[in-house]
Amino acid sequence: MKKLLLPSLLVLALAACQSDPQADTAAVDDANMQQNAGVKTVTVPPRNNASDLPDWARDPSRNSVFFDYDSYVIRSDARPVIEAHAKLLAQQSVRKVTIQGSADERGSREYNLALGQKRAEAVRRALRMQGTNDVQIEAVSLGEEQPRCTAGSESCYAQNRRGDFVYLR
Amino acid sequence: MKNAIISFPARAIFVHLFRLICVFLLGASGIASHAQDTLDITVTGSGGAPLQIIVPVFENEGSLPNSVSEVVRADLERSGLFKLIDLGPLTVPESRVPDLAAMAARGADAVLAASVVASPDGRYEIRFRLFDATRAADSKSDLGGMALKMSSAHYRITGHRIADFIYEKLTGIPGYFATRIAYVVKNRQRYELHIADSDGMNAQTALRSPESIISPAWSPDGQQIAYVSFEAQKPVIYVHALATGQRRVLANFKGSNSAPAWAPDGRRLAVVLTKDGLSQLYVINADGSGARRLATSPGIDTEPAWSSDGQSVYFTSDRNGAPQIYRLNVSSGSVERITFESAYNVSPRPSADGKRLAFITNSGGHFRVAVMDLSSRQTTILTDSSRDESPSFAPNSNMILYATEVGGKGMLSAVSADGRVRQRLSIQAADVREPAWGPLQK
Repeated sequence: MKKLLLPSLLVLALAACQSDPQADTAAVDDANMQQNAGVKTVTVPPRNNASDLPDWARDPSRNSVFFDYDSYVIRSDARPVIEAHAKLLAQQSVRKVTIQGSADERGSREYNLALGQKRAEAVRRALRMQGTNDVQIEAVSLGEEQPRCTAGSESCYAQNRRGDFVYLR
Repeated sequence: MKNAIISFPARAIFVHLFRLICVFLLGASGIASHAQDTLDITVTGSGGAPLQIIVPVFENEGSLPNSVSEVVRADLERSGLFKLIDLGPLTVPESRVPDLAAMAARGADAVLAASVVASPDGRYEIRFRLFDATRAADSKSDLGGMALKMSSAHYRITGHRIADFIYEKLTGIPGYFATRIAYVVKNRQRYELHIADSDGMNAQTALRSPESIISPAWSPDGQQIAYVSFEAQKPVIYVHALATGQRRVLANFKGSNSAPAWAPDGRRLAVVLTKDGLSQLYVINADGSGARRLATSPGIDTEPAWSSDGQSVYFTSDRNGAPQIYRLNVSSGSVERITFESAYNVSPRPSADGKRLAFITNSGGHFRVAVMDLSSRQTTILTDSSRDESPSFAPNSNMILYATEVGGKGMLSAVSADGRVRQRLSIQAADVREPAWGPLQK
């Protein structure tokens, strides 16, 4: 196929030399494109949580409180968990806790992040009521990013509407 | 050019075209599938009667290591608006006016004449002109041309630019092929921020993290991306320069930091902070300094998005109960509610031309992409899926990229603002989400 084309290409190349440059032909150079197209990869290392916690505080069931659908009110079954953490924070005043609020996965990720924040805020206020110093608490949201259950059922969503107590190293 | 007006198709033509495109794309994706994380694009719906166009092999194209004309043809075909007429090995040199009558006899509405000329510096010049084949005897048949100088490694972006030129000349709408998209890939418990060309090729990893990454937002110059990373066990906003991999914390206030949105001037961003309580809108300088309140509400305010004139910020708020979309006048501070039709309207994204607003609406339990004509306030639901998220307009204001779910797996889709053209972008064996369409590459 190439052999057949070659003579005609030569003829056309000659024709190209003779033709006048056309007035409305814009010229664009790619010399400045080199930097734009490249992407350099950055890798984030994993992060560890505190390892010097009392045994009970490593038990996942003692580190979470759950919320009803579309609710941001602390349930009565959450009281013992909140009281235990308030006690720990009172005994160890240098320790800091992060309250991570979560929401179920339905709808917008950013709106769910804001809903998770509302739950974290509710837990923060409950800790404050127990006398915890505000500088020891940070209320943040993980939105729908760390679901405990991904089956998509209502019982599953209920596990994802929660606030977690996390002690970072 | 008369034929440029896209009219509604006879159903048979539509189905035939659809099959052709699928066959073509299956072939194309087969070639690309060895690249593990490449986005495969399939057209799942196509716009009206397509324009028939000839994009032949370029004169002297054999001197290039990779074909530019193939990139042009694939772009046009994938857009759903064009049908390509194959000339086989025949070339149509840029230097002469082609035999338009003969091209029209083959059914062509338009013909690209193009040649490759080697430069003494080792690069190449691609010269092309576009002709209206329906005006064979008319001096207006010449629709203009360009000369693009490229090194052979840049064959894809050069092809995208030629396709953009053709798309704009024939449809009257600017093209969108010479753009990049960002999206997040989740593979088991590993998250990656990917940057790919608009056709899903050239996917590159900007960030790899054991924690989630959400809300990528392109800077107006396309050089940086702001995003929310959970690597510190809380949402923190970073700004990441793509070429160097240099990243810096934009906002890490006490509480959550999220939803970055670049102002059109590239010097400020709207962000959502919780340092003063619930999620509220702030504006912050691009160097992370000078955070100040943009609006105040008794509820949640989030998902800011600037209008391209920088005068307004659209956002989601539940200040009146359910989440709805509002518009803030940045200079006066006045706020106007924009959506009313459903009890859940979120994720507003205005088009660059300011005419439309894309958002997600809950329609009978289904989360779908909707578009509002901002002058008439008429809303159209564009999709029939049920887990759509994160719409973003192409810079030509005509295509909308969004995340959806098929069979429990996240994938990306694109739909034209009139709902007629649809594409699906997927990666085998991975969850894809949080897409953001970048600006035209300069």
